Amino acid sequence: MATVAANDPMLPQPHRVRQVVKETPDTFTLTLEPSDGAGSSPFRPGQFSMLWVFGVGELPISISGHPAEPDRLVYTVRSVGSATHAFVGHEAGDSVGVRGPFGTGWPVEAARGRDVIIVAGGIGLAPLRPVIYEVLHNRNDYGRLVVLYGARSPRDLLYRKELAAWARQRDTQVLVTVDYGGLSWRGHVGVVTTLFKYARLHPARSVAMVCGPEIMMRFVTRELETHGLARADIYLSMERNMKCAVGFCGHCQYGPHFICKDGPVFPYEQMRPLLEKYEL
Amino acid sequence: METLEHILAEHPFFTGLESYYTSLLVGCAANVRFNAGTYIFKEGEEANEFYVIRAGKVALEIFAPQRKPIILATLGEGEILGWSWLLPPYQWKFHARAVEDTRALALDGKCLREKCEQNHDLGYEVLKRFCQIVEHRLEATRLQLLDVYGSRG
Repeated sequence: MATVAANDPMLPQPHRVRQVVKETPDTFTLTLEPSDGAGSSPFRPGQFSMLWVFGVGELPISISGHPAEPDRLVYTVRSVGSATHAFVGHEAGDSVGVRGPFGTGWPVEAARGRDVIIVAGGIGLAPLRPVIYEVLHNRNDYGRLVVLYGARSPRDLLYRKELAAWARQRDTQVLVTVDYGGLSWRGHVGVVTTLFKYARLHPARSVAMVCGPEIMMRFVTRELETHGLARADIYLSMERNMKCAVGFCGHCQYGPHFICKDGPVFPYEQMRPLLEKYEL
Repeated sequence: METLEHILAEHPFFTGLESYYTSLLVGCAANVRFNAGTYIFKEGEEANEFYVIRAGKVALEIFAPQRKPIILATLGEGEILGWSWLLPPYQWKFHARAVEDTRALALDGKCLREKCEQNHDLGYEVLKRFCQIVEHRLEATRLQLLDVYGSRG
């Protein structure tokens, strides 16, 4: 009989749900900790895990917690299908299987000494939150932090208290917009690209990290280039249907790349020709 | 104290405009203030000016029967409010409401139209600048219509 190695990437490690926080009407943040009391594997901002919802299925979800706190894994999940619905329905104490972390991370090391521009759309803020934590945790190692965040409506905004807290940090500019605002909304209304005119950017010394729906990223990269950012300084997080997470199954193939293994974070220059292809 | 000419010359909208033209425009400009909650203009009213927002925030709104008004976009510092003064029938298509206390330069559209008719070079410079704004707003509106953060987003 074949034995299974403890570090087999296909073997889920049992974790327990520690906390569930409702972020928006359909989006929840779950904090997990290893059931055996041992620490989880350290992760890099931008990496993802495969989460087993026992009896339902497995989900690829970006880690949205603090990289300096690897003893707990944090995931923000939008309930859009049966597996995500089951996942966000967990309660404290429930068991979940975790594989990973997998994939490439955001270039936080390469960004040291430079300004960091974060552009997020919708749930895309979740995979970028660890970068914000990393920059604020090592504040003197980075230049200016600019966060541009767009959501569908005020009630769909993630991490509202944190956004306000980040905006109060030194050398940090946080701009938030919504596509549809009610009369009680006092903030910006318009797509995320409309925030660029209010951002104080220094393109020559900046690295931009972008995550959101692909079409939004296409418009954002154009805007970044218009504002003088070099293509080589722009990074995107891509999403496809990830299954095995280790590049075996091919479900997440995107052109010549496997999103799970070669990504999900890619240099824009690598993604640019693919982003312009129809129906890819 | 900043003169109107200096304010116009420094504004991105007028970047690259010859000082002679800026001087012509100053003759059509005036400082204005709107308290939060004030309507700057309303749909259907005559559109005889446009605004260079210097501080504050303005919401462009549209209303539909039995619904609260919908905010289409907000405009802030450095942005241009209004282009209906430029084309017949010179009527506003939306409401504009100051969301915050707002300071702006108002440029008299009738005065500007006359100057543009008299001096087509000026007219072309003004049109080029407005076309760029229209293009940006159209692109943003198309992206907004895609509802990219909806259930398929």
